[in-house]
This record gives sequence, C-alpha cells and structure tokens, in this order.
Amino acid sequence: MEHLIEFRDIYKIYHMGDTDVHALDGVSLTVDQGEFVAIVGQSGSGKSTAMNIIGCLDVPTSGSYYLGGIDVSTMDDDQQAEIRNKMLGFIFQQYNLIAKLNVLENVELPLLYAGVSAEERHTRAVRALERVGLADKRKNLPSQLSGGQQQRVSIARALAGDPSVILADEPTGALDSRTGREVLAFLQQLNAEGNTVILITHDNSIAVKARRIVRLQDGRVIYDGPADDPRAVVQPEDREEAAV
Amino acid sequence: MNFTQSFRLALKSLSTSKMRSLLTMLGIIIGVAAVIIITSLGHGMQVYMNEEFESLGSNQVDAMILGDNDSSRHVDIEDMFALVERYPQYLSGVTPELRITAIVRHGADEFTRTEVEGVGETYYSVERNTTMEGEKLAKGRFLSYVDAQRQQSVCVVGAYLEREAFGGSALGKSLTLSGVPFTVVGVLDEYADVTEGSGDDVVYIPYTRAIRLSGTTSSEYLFSATSRETAPAAKGLVERELFKIFQDSDRYVVLTAAEMMDAMNTMLDLLMTILTLIAALSLLVGGIGIMNIMLVSVTERTREIGIRKSLGAKPKNIRWQFVIEAGTTSAIGGVLGIALGILAANLLTWILSMVLGSEDSFRAVPTLSGILVAFGVSVAIGVLFGYLPANKAAKLNPIDALRYE
Ligand SMILES: Nc1ncnc2c1ncn2[C@@H]1O[C@H](COP(=O)(O)OP(=O)(O)OP(=O)(O)O)[C@@H](O)[C@H]1O
Ligand SMILES: [Mg+2]
Repeated sequence: MEHLIEFRDIYKIYHMGDTDVHALDGVSLTVDQGEFVAIVGQSGSGKSTAMNIIGCLDVPTSGSYYLGGIDVSTMDDDQQAEIRNKMLGFIFQQYNLIAKLNVLENVELPLLYAGVSAEERHTRAVRALERVGLADKRKNLPSQLSGGQQQRVSIARALAGDPSVILADEPTGALDSRTGREVLAFLQQLNAEGNTVILITHDNSIAVKARRIVRLQDGRVIYDGPADDPRAVVQPEDREEAAV
Repeated sequence: MNFTQSFRLALKSLSTSKMRSLLTMLGIIIGVAAVIIITSLGHGMQVYMNEEFESLGSNQVDAMILGDNDSSRHVDIEDMFALVERYPQYLSGVTPELRITAIVRHGADEFTRTEVEGVGETYYSVERNTTMEGEKLAKGRFLSYVDAQRQQSVCVVGAYLEREAFGGSALGKSLTLSGVPFTVVGVLDEYADVTEGSGDDVVYIPYTRAIRLSGTTSSEYLFSATSRETAPAAKGLVERELFKIFQDSDRYVVLTAAEMMDAMNTMLDLLMTILTLIAALSLLVGGIGIMNIMLVSVTERTREIGIRKSLGAKPKNIRWQFVIEAGTTSAIGGVLGIALGILAANLLTWILSMVLGSEDSFRAVPTLSGILVAFGVSVAIGVLFGYLPANKAAKLNPIDALRYE
C-alpha cells in the first residue's frame, strides 16, 4: 500500500552569508493514514521546517515529497492550494487567526476558498465551533478571546474543511498545561475518528500520548518508533530547553 | 470565492481605515470632479451656442468676398438683389454688411472703438425682433428700405452709446460720423457687457450711406434662405453667381450658418477633449496614489495573505481580493467625484447666472456620457493600478508570508 506521506532524502538548506544551515539533512520518513505522530527534538532541529514541507507551505532544497502517492514538486500553485484546502488542516502555535474577521468568518475561510455556498459554510462553521465549545462566541473578534479560546477557534477552522490530515505545530506551546491537555485530548479524539494527526511538541508528557514519535536532531531523524520506547523520551538537551 | 464576497471583503477592509481610504481616493475624486465640470461646461457651451444659433436664424448664408473688390471684376449690390428675386423659393432676402472706419462723435465725446456698419433693412427681422447678429431692438425702429433708397442720415445705436453718449435718451438725438451728422432712430438692447469695444459699442447706418461715406463697396453679403433646409441649395446659388462674376472660386467664401456652427462645434469639441485629457491627468495621479497605498497594504497584510494561503487560497483568489479592493476604492472615489462635480457644475451655473444677470443664459449641465465615462475610467484606473500590488500579493510564497513579522 502506498503511504499517505513519504519523504525521500529531503534536504532543506538555508544559505546564511558564508555558512549553509542544513535545517533538514537527508530526512526519509513515511506516515500512513490514521497515524498519530509526534515530532520532537530540540529547538532548531528542523521540526517546523519538516512540518511546513509536509503542509505544502514550503519546498525542499532537494529530495522528493510524495503526498498521497503524488510528487508534490510536480503540482502547480493552484493544485497545492487545493491540497492545503481539502486535505490539510493547520493548527499553529500563534493561532494565526485574521484579526479583523470575527470567529465565525475565520472558521468559514477554508470553506470560502473551497467554493462552498454561504448557507452551507455557515452551518459547517457553526458545527465546527460547537465541537470546540465556542459556538456562542461566533460574533467575537479573536482579540476578544483568551489564548486557549483562540487556539480552539483555530482548531475549529482546521476541522471545518474536513481535512484528513491535521498538522499541529506546537499547538499547546502558548497555553497553560490544563488547556494544553484539552487541546491534546481533542487531537486524540480526531485521530480516533480516523484522521491522521502530526503534532510537533516540546512537551514529553504530550509526546508520549502519540502512538509514534519521530525525534529530530540537527536536521536528521535520530529516532522513529513507538512512544513507549525509552529512547523516544527525554534527552538531556530537552530538559535544558524546558528549563529555559 | 466569488465577486460579491471579494467586494464585501474590500468594503470591510476600506471601512477599517476610513481616513486613509478617503485620502487614497482624493486624487480620483478630484480627477473625476474635474472631468465632470469640464464636460458640463463644454456641453453647456454647446447647448448655449446652438440655441443662440437657432435664435439668430439657422437659415443664414454668409458670402465673403476676398481680396480687392474694386478691380475689374466686382460684385454689384444690385446683382445680389436680383439673385434673391430670381430664386424666391430658396432666397428670401440679402443685405450687404460693410464695416467702415469712421470716428464717432457726440458733442465733445469721441468714440474711437465703436464699430460702424452699413446694412440693409433685411439685417433685422421684425417677426423675430432680432438682427442677424442676434441683437434685439429696445427703442425706436430699425433701418428701413426707404432709408437705404434715399441714403438717409439715420442710425441705430447699441446700448453702449445709448448709455455713455446719450445718458439713456438717444432716440431723436444726433451724432456725427466722420463729421457727418446722423439722427438716432433706434436703440438696441444690451447684447454684450455694455463696455467700450464690445458687441454693444456699435452704430448701424444704411449701407448706401456707408458706401458713400467710405468710398468702398461691400465685401460681405448676408443672405436669408427661405428655411434651414433650403440653406445648402441657397448657398449653391450664391456660389454659382459669384463664380460667374469672378471666374475664380478662391475669391469668395460662402458659408451657411449650419456650417459655421459645425465649425464652432468642432473647435469646441477639440478644446473640450484637450481640457478633459488634462483633467484626466489627475486621474492618473490618483491611480498612482491607489497603487502606492495598495503596495503598503499588501506589505502590512503579508501575514494575513500567508494565513489565507495556508487555508487554501489560490494565487488568483488573493489577486482578485486586492484588485477588487483597489477597484472598489477608486469606484467609491469616482462616485464621490461625480457628486462633487455635479455640485460644482450647478454652483457654476448659479454663479454665471448671477454674473451674466439673466436666467436662461448659460447652464453647465453634466452629461450622462460624461458621468459614465468618468466612473468607468476611475474604476479602470483602480483595477489597473491595483493589479501590480495584487499580483505581488498573489505571488508571495506561503511560508515567507506566514513568517512575516
Ligand atoms: N527562513 C529561514 N532562513 C534561515 N534559516 C532558517 C529559516 N528557517 C529556519 N531556519 C533554520 O533552520 C533550522 C531549523 O529551524 P526550524 O524552525 O525547523 O526549527 P524547529 O525545530 O522548529 O525549532 P523550534 O522548536 O524552536 O520551533 C534552524 O537552525 C533555523 O535557524
Ligand atoms: Mg518550530
């Protein structure tokens, strides 16, 4: 069976003056439909870079990325936009809501670009907001919500378009631990419903909830396996990181 | 994402910074208002001139003899009268019009800039109460057939002499032309602005008297055709007669009033076009203003563009969003400009009627075509100048846009 996501020897190299930064240094990895994968690693190890490539927001310097069996580099801008719209749902650390649109309008955005009719947009967006328990805040502007509420809005937005893959880059990073656990529970529920979830996190207690952990270091995969393996969990650098 | 959605989004985005939107529109507002004012003035001018032309008699045919009229070939006044008599179905009358140089005196006053013209009785139409020039008679009578026949020393004076020389009671008094006394039998109404050298500073005398006074003969004949429709045929007859006399078509010019009007209209159209183009320059400046603000706006909203792209906005969606925003800005500017232009045109009409002192004189009337063109051009300019920033936004790389701070 072909993999949902397949990285074949992916490099992402940034040229910074004289030096080259290998954000991704030959990463090969596969993710199948229905998996829950946590990507962990110290700061600067290339987690976000990998996630952005998975999300068709960025392109690798070399190597091939197959999404649903198709080489993404052969898709044009419109096709990639279509993939982001229909197949992928993003949850960002900084929520990335549009400040001048209200909660409902923010959640409707992916449906708007999918060409869904106004009525259906409304019902689907309200339903997504109900799932995250924020239907009553639909007329609020993002700035009138707490951080946790804003993150739930961004989850509702990711859900509204019914994507099969949820990409979450440190979704709990800006939240307190209780709210963070709520968000995580939500992602687990989505995974239980059959969605593929890829999660970036610093937090070991969160990472171990995933069924599989991919650990990056200096742009390379140093561990890829079950979450309950001792090698998957805490490394000294991560502790230092957490202390900072 | 369709047009109305983009449009609503644009309105929303404009309303979030009203002052800035207004300043952005200012160039378009001024440009459109200028175009509306100029086209209104031009159209008003045209309407005014055409009405004037109708009141003068659209059946007039004007024959001018060029060069020396006193050589072996010359026009005899009697020939012109004979021509009118021969073709009564086309021509109803003719008068010579001869401008002579004569110093006008009344008592100790001397009027050097007064125009002295010798004309016949046909120069004035009793039914329409107007001369071929458009002047109306205020008092007394105009020159008669008998005046010309007997070379009477009588005259009709304009409103300027009536006021300046005679203090408002010229009728029956006399003035001298090159020392010869003339009795005032008629006074004309105000026609121009009653100043020295204006259209009100005139003296009409019988053409026979003018010929004797100046020793020259007339080089201009004003024919009346029987109607506006027969004017072209009448022109042909006059031309044929003049060719018989001169055997050279370069010696005379015959124009119908309609042709003169057409020539005037053509001139006016050209003038209006040039003025409108100059006004349109400010539309261009307005367009550049819009482009400038849109470029700033794209930069400011880079992150928003990134978010939209991450949610599946295609480049064309983003392009549309900004093009429509620019188009909406300039369209609103266009509407405001149209309102301002119409207001200004009405104000101008009011001011002109105050200055000229008459109700039905000149009206600056905004034309529908002027309004439509101004609106269309302003929208087009917005779209055109919005395209570059919009395209810049559309081409942004999603991840770079998302990371933009
Ligand atoms: N646009 C860029 N230009 C230059 N270097 C970059 C750019 N983006 C990322 N990098 C570099 O690539 C490396 C990997 O960055 P990345 O953002 O993927 O790390 P990360 O694992 O997500 O870190 P964190 O946990 O702090 O978010 C880092 O060394 C970073 O400095
Ligand atoms: Mg990161």
